[in-house]
Parts: sequence; structure tokens; C-alpha cells
Amino acid sequence: MSSETAGTSAADILNVDQLCKVYSNGKQALNSVSLSVPEGSFFALLGPNGAGKSTLINIMADTVVPTSGSIDFLGHDMFSERLWCKGNIGVVPQEVAFDPFFTPREVLSMVCGLYGQKPDMKWINDLLERLELARHANKNTRQLSGGMRRRLLVAQALVHRPRLVVLDEPTAGVDVELRKRLWDYMREINASGTTILLTTHYLEEAEELCDHVAIIDRGNVIASSSMKKLLHEVAGSYLWLRYRDGWVPGTADIEALSEFNPRMLEGQLCLTLSRMDLQQSTFHHAYESALQRFGPPLDAGVCQEDLEDVFLRLTREQII
Amino acid sequence: MNLRGTWTLFRRETHRFLKVNMQTIAAPALTAILYLIVFRYAMGDRQVPGMNVDYFTFLIPGLAMMTMLQNAFANTSSSIVIGKVMNVHIYLLMAPLSAMEMVMAFLTAAVLRAVIVATVFLLVLTPFVDLSIHHFGLILVYGVCGSIIMGGMGLIGGMWSENFDSMSMVSNFIILPLTFLSGVFYSIEQLPPFWQQVSHFNPFFYLIDGFRHGFLGVGDSDPWLSIGIVAGFALATVLTCWYLWRIGWRLKE
Repeated sequence: MSSETAGTSAADILNVDQLCKVYSNGKQALNSVSLSVPEGSFFALLGPNGAGKSTLINIMADTVVPTSGSIDFLGHDMFSERLWCKGNIGVVPQEVAFDPFFTPREVLSMVCGLYGQKPDMKWINDLLERLELARHANKNTRQLSGGMRRRLLVAQALVHRPRLVVLDEPTAGVDVELRKRLWDYMREINASGTTILLTTHYLEEAEELCDHVAIIDRGNVIASSSMKKLLHEVAGSYLWLRYRDGWVPGTADIEALSEFNPRMLEGQLCLTLSRMDLQQSTFHHAYESALQRFGPPLDAGVCQEDLEDVFLRLTREQII
Repeated sequence: MNLRGTWTLFRRETHRFLKVNMQTIAAPALTAILYLIVFRYAMGDRQVPGMNVDYFTFLIPGLAMMTMLQNAFANTSSSIVIGKVMNVHIYLLMAPLSAMEMVMAFLTAAVLRAVIVATVFLLVLTPFVDLSIHHFGLILVYGVCGSIIMGGMGLIGGMWSENFDSMSMVSNFIILPLTFLSGVFYSIEQLPPFWQQVSHFNPFFYLIDGFRHGFLGVGDSDPWLSIGIVAGFALATVLTCWYLWRIGWRLKE
């Protein structure tokens, strides 16, 4: 497990400490989870289905009661100073839920009121505009499409101007164009100083958007660091070499190159490099070894693992 | 204290039932009036045994109170169950409102709905009946305490229920028998001694009887003594609701 919590220069907005959750059916959803979210970051919380991401988020949202552990939010204990913490967090839940009695504008005014704020109609109109709900602001929520309802949830999480916004798969069911515009808006929100904690299954988006990442699997944090560090230190790279069509290395060759974990991928020989930042010794050693055994290749190159590769590798390692 | 939040939740709960006022106000008032018409013609001009009052006049305050109780229950229970079924209740759990603020907002809205329905019922009857008010204070205390108790029971029932079916079980098998057998349609003096005793263990009996006393000046029990029982029951209901909301009983996992 790679573990780098907050950067040394940035303060943490959230510190989760040894958080455990065992449900009444005996399922352990969180197993002593500890992680830190730097203030102002765009933080990706990734993990396969059932990893414990939503449980962690629901504990923050106060819809799930933890078994043990603590969460510090801006210096306030989340469980003993609940109301203060709730007032400064906005959560977009994974499941689309809408109040069937009201219009989007009424819903947003109401959320403001529940958070003790006088509805700021200019801000509400801005939100409706930016989330492309302005034309539907006075319709009953029952008349909204699935994508619109999901955007309304995002507006609900933002309307009281929280310090931390938690997005639990906010773009599921939202079309590509709209998703892109939603992320652009989230970037703006983040740039204005709001910390965003995001869970998503679109790993490319997470890699593009987020500056920090934690990977959680079966209730355990298996990686937590800045995105840059994860991609530089945990993500691997491999050397690929292409020989003539139909060429395959023999068993003796495979054994001789075993230190590079050789494998054939789409007709190319792939040799794993030990460091992502292409330290020359590793690359040269792999290339020279291949050259000695097979001669010069027709083509060759270096590939780098992206977040998805790292995610799959780390979560697969957990299963093994 | 989040006063604006409490006020907002109260307004939400009020807005919710006012938006569907045919269902939440007009229909219950009409049902009560239909009961009254049926019993009026079934019972004729008969007097209630042991009371110097005709059956029709006897029935009106009881029906008004029964309607209040049922509507206070319906307001909170339906809100919570709809919230749970549609998963909207999580927004209440996430909001920075204390358990007492939540309970106060829900119960105040329940009391308001109960008062509106009973007022509509009584206003519709005003041209046809000469209904005097014996003691307005008793009407107010019993009306409000009864609505708080039933609003609170609706809140507890809503928290307990997973869906509309389990909610209707509470409503039809517990609340309805207790209200029907509380002396709305009869004086407990008409019952055999054993059932008279049993009626005294039904808290709804005191609510109906005290409320009726406020209008007619007659009843089966001393309304001033019963105030203690009713107020105590209302307080116990509020505290139970507060505690259950605080621990997130059947709302949080």
C-alpha cells in the first residue's frame, strides 16, 4: 500500500481515523479506514462495487452510524459536533431521490432554509442556469428526467455553499456532453476553494479531474496519495517489442526474462519495468536482455499504466 | 438553535398537505359529515343515556376530535413513509437540525392540519346546528394535546414502517380501533361495566371526552383531572419521538 496523506503544505479538511462499520447482517463494510483529504483538493475515492465507498460517504452524511473510529472535519469532531459539520458539508447521494411535492426552485429554497440560510435567489438561479435546469425550475420534480433529477441533487448539495462537497457517482446516467459541462462546473467550484470528494466508476474522468486519490477495496484503503505521486510511484510501465507476425517466445526465453514478468499482449512481447519514471538502468537492462535473446525488434516502445491499470492491478492484488 | 431550519421544515410539512388539500382537508371533513348524516337519521332524536343532550349534538365534537386525531397521525406518518420509500428522508438526516427541532416542526405541522380539518368540518355544520362552546380552553388543550399525541404516534409509526403496507397495518389495526372504541359514537355509560373499565385504559377516551366536554359541558369523566393524563401522555410521546429520532431508529443503518 502506498500511503501519502495530506501534502505538507496543505491543511486537511477531513481526517478519517480508523473508521469501522459492521452492518447488522454482519457484513464488515469498513475495516479501520484512515485517510486524509487536503483542503481545496479535488479528491477521488475509488473502489470496486461494494468496496465501502458509499458507506464512508453515508457515515459523513449521517445516514449510517459507524461502529467505531472518528472523523475530524476542519478541527471539529464529526460525531460530537454533528450539526456544525452537517452545515458545512453537501452530499450528492448515489441513489436519485426527489421530493415529489415540489419544484426544483422550491426544493433549493427549502434546502437553504433547512441549513439555516435565507434563500439567495441569485445564487439559486445561477445554480439552475449552470446545471441546465433553469427551463425546468418551476416544473414538478416528477416531470424531470433522470439526468435532470441527478443534476438537481448536485444543486441541492451546493446551494448552502458548503466547504466540502461529496459527490457519490454524480454522473451515472448523465449523457457525455452534459457530463463534461458538469465537470467543468465542478472544476470552477473547486477552484473557488470548495473541496470536492468524488466517487466515480469513470476512472479516466477521475484521473483528469482529481489531484488526490484514495483506492478502497473490501473496506480497506489500499492506496492514498496525490494523483501525481500515485501515477509516478505506484503506476508501472512496460516495454513492448514487436517481432514478425506469429512470433512467440519459447519457454526458456520466458524463464530467462522472468525478472521482467514477460507476457504477450496483442502479438507484442511486454516486459514490465520496475520504475515508472524510466530509470535508465531498468529500461536498458530489459531492452538489452530482449535484444540478446531475440535480436532487434521491428518496433518497440514504452507504455505507462494509467489510473485504470493501477486501479485494476491493486484491486486484483487484493483479491489474490 | 436552527430556527430558520425548523421553520422551513414546518413550512415544508404544511405546504405538502396544502398542495393536496382535496385529499388532506376536504375529504376527511366530508367523511366526518357523512358519518354525522348517517347517524343522524339512524338515531333520530334520541337522547344519550345519562346526559341531557341529543345524540346528534353529542356526536359532533367526538367526530371533530376523531378527525383531528386521524389527520394528525396521517400527516406525520405519510411524510415519513413517503420519505423512506422515495429515499428523500436522507435529506432530513443530512440537514443540520437537532432531533428536537425535527420533532417540533413535524408535530406543529400535524397540529395545524388537524385544526384546519376540524375547523372546516365545524364551519360546514354551523348553519345546520346550534353548537355552543362550553369552555374554549378545554377544547384548545384537548385538541392540541390530542394532535400532538397522534402526530407523535404517526412519526413513530412512520419510522417503524418500511413501506405503505406496514404503515396501513399500524393505521388500521391500532389507531382506527382505538379511536372508534374511544367513545366517539357512544357514552361509555352505555357499555357493560367491564368494557367501561377497559375504556379508561384507552388514552383516546380521555381526549374525546375532554374535547366534548369543552363543547357540551357534559362527559363521562372529569375533564380537569384528565388533563393531567393527556398532557403527560403528550409529553411522553414528544420525548419518545425525540429519542427515537436522535438515535435514528429505523432511519439510519
